[in-house]
Amino acid sequence: MDINWIKILGLIVTVVMAFFTGALYGGLARVVTARIQNRFGPPALQNLFDIIKLYSKKTSINHGWMQHLGPVWAITASTTTLLFIPILRDSTFFTNLSFDGDLIFLMYIMVFGSLGMALGAGQTGNPNSAIGVSRGLSQLVGYKVPFILSLVALMIQFQTTNLNDLLAVQDSFIHWNIFQSPFAFLAGILAFLGMMGYKPFDIVFAPAEIASGPPSEFGSKYLGMMLTSRSIFTFAKLVLFVNIFFGGADNIFILLIKTFLLYMIPLLIGIVNPRFRTEQAVRFFWGFPTAFGIIAVILAAW
Amino acid sequence: MMNPNINEKDKRRIRDIVQDFARKHSLWVLAYGTGCGAIEIPPTMTSRYDAERFGIRGSATPRQADVLLITGYLATKTLKRVIRTYEQMQAPKYVIGFGSCTINGGMYWDSYNTINALDRYLPVDVYINGCMPRPESVIQGFIKLQSLIAEGKADGADKYQENLEWYRENQKKIIHNWKMPDYNW
Ligand code: SF4
Repeated sequence: MDINWIKILGLIVTVVMAFFTGALYGGLARVVTARIQNRFGPPALQNLFDIIKLYSKKTSINHGWMQHLGPVWAITASTTTLLFIPILRDSTFFTNLSFDGDLIFLMYIMVFGSLGMALGAGQTGNPNSAIGVSRGLSQLVGYKVPFILSLVALMIQFQTTNLNDLLAVQDSFIHWNIFQSPFAFLAGILAFLGMMGYKPFDIVFAPAEIASGPPSEFGSKYLGMMLTSRSIFTFAKLVLFVNIFFGGADNIFILLIKTFLLYMIPLLIGIVNPRFRTEQAVRFFWGFPTAFGIIAVILAAW
Repeated sequence: MMNPNINEKDKRRIRDIVQDFARKHSLWVLAYGTGCGAIEIPPTMTSRYDAERFGIRGSATPRQADVLLITGYLATKTLKRVIRTYEQMQAPKYVIGFGSCTINGGMYWDSYNTINALDRYLPVDVYINGCMPRPESVIQGFIKLQSLIAEGKADGADKYQENLEWYRENQKKIIHNWKMPDYNW
């Protein structure tokens, strides 16, 4: 078997880029939040400082091996998710591992990080973690329904389960899926709000309510790994949505603009909204977003 | 090839500088609102004084925190909880004593119910004077802590570990029903 070194290099560059972009977006989000609250806000690299600091802390907590494995699991899952998404269209370097059927694969692999976190947090025995995990899984069940409906609608409409084919049909601005199948877009983007976990859907971490939920017993390096995984996963989700609905990107520069603008949607909605309760969040996702998703599937199958 | 002029000790120092830089710019605060001074924390953190400019942020649990902020007098009952909280934090960790009450007892100096000098029980890195200190001086205290960290002098956690017996002796004078897990560093 010959090894494709270019591809392996592409994978490594992708992961590193995803981490730094995700962390930078997180920092910029804090700056934007601060400006809206009439504050000056932290430096844009604040999230990177936080992560370096967390990695440089010592730790001596031991609740059992699942606690040590949980963050590793989360980081593995988010990296895997990222690696199966083509970053740029028609690029040999950045197509990564995408294959026929990667959309179906992504549906599965995207929940793995949450599961790893849930198992790790469960072992710490902290009641706040348990509450956070149960909230997180409820919310997952909530937003997965419209998300999968919107993906299924696209799959039926274009008769493909390959992200590269989806990119190929969006060859010009008016062929973006946001115009070709607006109902799938509505369902997808509303599910995306839940996926990003900004208010009103930050019921999982809710620092003032359940003391940051699942990671409440995780400090230092464990928390650093969770934040790393979160940065990578944020970028993966953004690229996935840009690929599905906004025609992908031809070069890195356009990719950054598109992902950043997309990132602003949940953030700006979050800044001006209070937090939902768990059942409100689930009811929200099973209301209009699911209806949009069903309409999209019916229209596509027509 | 590595530069032969950089020896083992200097290499460690470069790593320390990077670490201290990150630590200095990212202080997650566990505000233990024991006394009346705690009322000055919300304005420090929110729009008016915006402590997030310096990377200072509230943290939700002791496990994630770097700084334990003792805001004012400590009742003998709360001391036990404070020590427990401090010992759950992950090193390197810092303690800021906030208000005159933590320094010498302040206006509660002769109370039967409060401790007088905080640094007999916990290793305090920075004191902020005043009854109560205004947000400006709180931020000044944090900046002092940042400069101590940058110089590598904020080593309260190491001192605590070295002099654990002395601290335990003092703590047990106040806390009579001592039932706590061992300090595991
Ligand atoms: S120093 Fe003054 S303001 Fe602070 S706790 Fe003591 S009495 Fe209250």
